[in-house]
Amino acid sequence: MPELLLLWTDLLLWLLLVAAALYVGHVVRHRHLLEPWRHVAARRSSTVAAIVLAAYMLLALLDSIHLRPAPGSAASPGAYSMLDVQLTILRQRSEKTYSAPFATHQYTREFVQTPQGPRYQQPRLQHGGAHLQATERGPDVLRRMAVGLLQGLGGSILLGALLLAGLARYGRQSPRRVWAAIRARHTRVPWDVVILTVGGLLTGACIIAALAAGYHVLGTDKVGEDVLYQALKSIRTAVIIGTVTTLIILPLALVLGVSASYFGGWVDDLVQYLYTTLASVPGILLIAATALVGQVYMQTHADQFASLVQRADFRLLLLCLILGLTSWTSLCRLLRGEALKLREIEFVHASRALGQRAWTILAIHIVPNVMHIVMITLVLDFSALVLAEAVLSYVDIGVDPSMHSWGNMINRARLELAREPVVWWSLGAAFCFMLGLVLAANVFADAVRDAFDPRLRGVDV
Amino acid sequence: MISYIIRRTLYALPILVGVNLLVFALFFVVNTPDDMARMQLGVKYEDAAAVERWKTALGYQLPLFYNADFTGMARFTRTIFYTKSVRLFVFDFGRSDSGRDIGYDISQRMWPSLALAVPILLIGLLINISLALLLALFRASLLDRIAVLCCVLLMSVSGLFYIIYGQFVFSRLLRLVPISGFAAGLASLKFLILPILISVLSGMGAGTRWYRTIFLEEIGKDYVRTARTRGVSEPGILYKHVLGNALIPILTGVVVLIPLLFMGSLITESFFGIPGLGSYTIEAIQRQDFAILRSMVFLGSVLYIIGLLLTDLSYALVDPRVRLGEA
Repeated sequence: MPELLLLWTDLLLWLLLVAAALYVGHVVRHRHLLEPWRHVAARRSSTVAAIVLAAYMLLALLDSIHLRPAPGSAASPGAYSMLDVQLTILRQRSEKTYSAPFATHQYTREFVQTPQGPRYQQPRLQHGGAHLQATERGPDVLRRMAVGLLQGLGGSILLGALLLAGLARYGRQSPRRVWAAIRARHTRVPWDVVILTVGGLLTGACIIAALAAGYHVLGTDKVGEDVLYQALKSIRTAVIIGTVTTLIILPLALVLGVSASYFGGWVDDLVQYLYTTLASVPGILLIAATALVGQVYMQTHADQFASLVQRADFRLLLLCLILGLTSWTSLCRLLRGEALKLREIEFVHASRALGQRAWTILAIHIVPNVMHIVMITLVLDFSALVLAEAVLSYVDIGVDPSMHSWGNMINRARLELAREPVVWWSLGAAFCFMLGLVLAANVFADAVRDAFDPRLRGVDV
Repeated sequence: MISYIIRRTLYALPILVGVNLLVFALFFVVNTPDDMARMQLGVKYEDAAAVERWKTALGYQLPLFYNADFTGMARFTRTIFYTKSVRLFVFDFGRSDSGRDIGYDISQRMWPSLALAVPILLIGLLINISLALLLALFRASLLDRIAVLCCVLLMSVSGLFYIIYGQFVFSRLLRLVPISGFAAGLASLKFLILPILISVLSGMGAGTRWYRTIFLEEIGKDYVRTARTRGVSEPGILYKHVLGNALIPILTGVVVLIPLLFMGSLITESFFGIPGLGSYTIEAIQRQDFAILRSMVFLGSVLYIIGLLLTDLSYALVDPRVRLGEA
């Protein structure tokens, strides 16, 4: 019986999920807080983006439940996650070396024993297309795609019907009228877009799953590992870096920024000094320096880490910490500026005159009124952090080389385009998966900014 | 005005001291020189004598803050804090962990960095501002929507891909320019043109969108409405009024970047083999050369602070309210 292994980053990610759920619960109960989110949801592009983000998030969460095989069992060493369980086929069917997407033969040639004696040729793959006997690959791929398409469409229609039934029940209307309202775009949330996007994602996943049962859909890399598996596993790394970092940024920026502006005097001077000093160190150099220092620490304290997974996890956590420490300054400056304005507003004066304590005023009057800035900045930061991970891993100061990440994929693959014929699939996969996440985050961030920034409300920017 | 400059400069000093202390704490207190020595020597060759030899060769054998073996000022100057950290203030960077003179290396490698960074900044500004003006003219039209979508797409691609695909297409498929390398003088042009092109392209999405927002904010102001009621044509408003006023936030935003141009671009330089300060830093990170890193962190902060000073000055120059309010 495998036992649960709780990594630090897992814990923090789930903690963030709980916090997000609490926030949603809070927002739903307050009309004025719900209003900007209605603006976000009403925009069709941001609804699509939110669903894509949710899909990425789901994979990351699945990948954040880690199990450890029972001691003494013959299963693979180290830890594996729930996502690994789902992707067992992809994980275990590795080849010897490169193979192109949908290939049946290896990319490189080697000596193969044939009935006619040894030949220098591309050997058959062990797993990719191994089920093919006489049937040709083209028809087989098409047949699998058709099966996946049918499954996906069936699932989508079922989901759509369920959604319609749920909406009808909630709105106490007949499903037919709900459907008409959706078609006429009279609903607050564009449910037709929701159904189309979810259905599209589901169908795509079904087709890929049907194909992946027989082929390496995105090929294999230098050591023969399935590229689709790598790309999927990298999602967790990116999501963790994009979200856990905010756990560092948020408290530092919020507490320091708001209290600096409210208390003024030496507190203000100190906070300003602190963030100007930190901001004046070039970000990437500070990250590099801290990462190197961290590496020295891990080398000298190697005994603290029970397994490679835990060691890689510590390094990821360290990276989040460093990224957080270098990027809280801009948010802090923004919050200080905004809180300076709020301090002079009448209701703050009034509560001060009524003798409320400073921290109470901060908590109930100032902080809720700067939350829109926090929201905008955090969503905008997400995509920047995901992109930063790739660059940092390229410079070898990012995540551990043993951890799956798009940065590591790019780093390993950067010389592959120079080969003949070109090995494009690793880079291509990292490119597409990263573009999907960052684009969705950017589109969503735009909608959040437009909805939350009072200056932009009603202006078409 | 002069007193304003002096006050601003004095204000920068404590920040530099802070950076210096931060760097010192990071490199010497969190990890002792012994740790560094073991890292450099590798676990295999780790013995007390080798560690001592490495430390003595590079001057890390001194105590951190106070040296009791000496008398007078030497008690404070013959320490790691003085030789490795305080000396940074007079730009005495000392020797790298592999024994080279860091100050000399920096003075040599600054120029290729500038040759790359200055054209990128200027061409990028020109293109981004022109495009943004065009979009502001056609605001809320189909063209504007498509262009903003393209900007978001361009922004969402990692800078690494621009470089990798750019090298692949232009150098390998089309064979227009060499993949990487550098030469002195005008011959460097064929090496520089592709990195410049790629950097401008990768900055285009974010830049254009940002300037467009600035222009649109400016268009919403009262003086624009006044100009419109006077019958000024829409392009006339944009070029005469909006561009002039929006240039203030744009240029003051650029001023802070100018000193940092010396630092070069880490990724671009290392991909294209340009021997500038960016690739110098990358090499130092990969070789784990702490002395170079320390120098570059300090140098970068100095340049950033100079940039902040220049920004304040340019604000004071273009906006009399700042100047008079402070005086």
